[in-house]
Amino acid sequence: MSTATFKIWRGDAKAGGFEDYSTEVAEGMVVLDAVHDIQAKQANDLACRWNCKAGKCGSCSAEVNGMPKLMCMTRMSDLALDKPITIEPIKAFPLVKDLITDVSWNFQVKKKIKKFKPRAPDAADGTWRMAQEDIDRVQEFRKCIECFLCQDVCHVLRDHRKHDEFIGPRFLIYVAALEMHPLDTEDRIPELKATQGIGYCNITKCCTKVCPENIQITDNAIIPLKERVVDQFYDPLGWIWRKLKKNR
Amino acid sequence: MGRVHAPHSGAATAACGEFLEKRRGRRYLSGDSFSLMAQAQTTMPPRTFGQTMRVDAWWMQPFLVFFGLATFIVYSTWAAFQGNHYYFGPYLSPFYSPEIFGASPHSWFGPKPLWWPGWLLFSPALLILWAPGGLRLTCYYYRGAYYKAFWADPPACTVGEPRKTYLGERSFPLIMQNVHRYFLYLAIIFIFVLSKDVWKAFWFADPATGKISFGIGVGTVVLALNVVLLAGFTFGCHALRHLIGGFRDQLSRSPSCYNAYRCVSCFNRRHMLWAWLSLFWVGFTDLYVRLCSMGIWHDLRLL
Repeated sequence: MSTATFKIWRGDAKAGGFEDYSTEVAEGMVVLDAVHDIQAKQANDLACRWNCKAGKCGSCSAEVNGMPKLMCMTRMSDLALDKPITIEPIKAFPLVKDLITDVSWNFQVKKKIKKFKPRAPDAADGTWRMAQEDIDRVQEFRKCIECFLCQDVCHVLRDHRKHDEFIGPRFLIYVAALEMHPLDTEDRIPELKATQGIGYCNITKCCTKVCPENIQITDNAIIPLKERVVDQFYDPLGWIWRKLKKNR
Repeated sequence: MGRVHAPHSGAATAACGEFLEKRRGRRYLSGDSFSLMAQAQTTMPPRTFGQTMRVDAWWMQPFLVFFGLATFIVYSTWAAFQGNHYYFGPYLSPFYSPEIFGASPHSWFGPKPLWWPGWLLFSPALLILWAPGGLRLTCYYYRGAYYKAFWADPPACTVGEPRKTYLGERSFPLIMQNVHRYFLYLAIIFIFVLSKDVWKAFWFADPATGKISFGIGVGTVVLALNVVLLAGFTFGCHALRHLIGGFRDQLSRSPSCYNAYRCVSCFNRRHMLWAWLSLFWVGFTDLYVRLCSMGIWHDLRLL
């Protein structure tokens, strides 16, 4: 067994700093195991949110060596143990204590997004039929576990604090899942441009890089939504084309 | 037991605490505007320029992008302003194609027009290079890459930025990036033009008799590979992916759109790779034609 040293952020919104800990590393261990070990043996008051330990609940989001990660999915064997491993809370949201942040802003944002509005049922049994190829595209977005790592890494929220003008990658995926749904009839594009701030995204792809579900957030959700905004607001030839098609 | 190392700044944390208190008071106001910005300020202060806890070589990728793009911009600008050594036999440099006006046999409408102002520098490349340049400038991949490498916005993921203000792509000048699809339309025309250049590169004139005959030179292969790579880049464009079918919610209703969408998506998955390979090769193709024309390199006939 080898020994790993950690610098873990301790504190709340009033004061805080890094504290040093060290623990034994066993085979197959993940960062969350080490945090639990420290919590059990060295710092009983260390606050850390977790639940499934399987990368599906999205609770244990933190920054390990400066990159947003799920602690339960970050293997100790993937980290260099010759230097201290830093563990910090995510930065885009208010700190509550130690590794815990208040992510409730996200739930407020979600409430403001227009809900799913299906077209009238068109099958004889009063339901709908969808082709698999139509639903494949939005299926990818349904994998999101709401760990908010993408929100954390997005510099528009993290550094520029545009929380009141930009909904962040997580909710751009959410809008994409609704907007591209084959049954949905709602138009969310004007809000995307005006109040949800899709124009703030400058396509750095950091959100895609940190997504633990490997959702192609930028290529499959944000850019297609940006193109839909272009269709409605910035493409004069497109307007003429659609008008001609409508009159035919 | 642990040991406190670097206490958090007192003033900042006091302000943070104050905000948290305020937020608690307003958080559940009915129908509130719930000042999201105020809430955000209860987090730890943003990092200063270049500050990060990352331990990897985060600067490597933006550095390579900066180096690669800067090299290309310098070379292509120099080559475009030269106005000579851009054709050799049946080969025409892609920086100069289509040659709308120019001195070479490839010119569409003859030499430099008489109405061209004398004070304005003329080069056939300057008439056309804005189109492929515009495609790359507004390309979704390049945008993300050069915002990081040239503007440090951000320098890399989770690395502190130099500026506090941020407008994104929602106001001038970056709102102009939305013109991308128009550059795409032009770029598709360029693919056909460059394909015709490849066809011409198969036909060599005999220096003695002037008779035209079929042949393949290294230059033919270089030009052909250039079109393949540029096509891979152009046909994997995000805007094309949208226009060819991505705009539909029910792709299954149009099998042709669905197949085209899948095809473009296939190229799109490696858009970054196509972008770099095509960028390098288009520069190399110009260099090859230029050096052959200058007599420094000799074009080898393969057939």
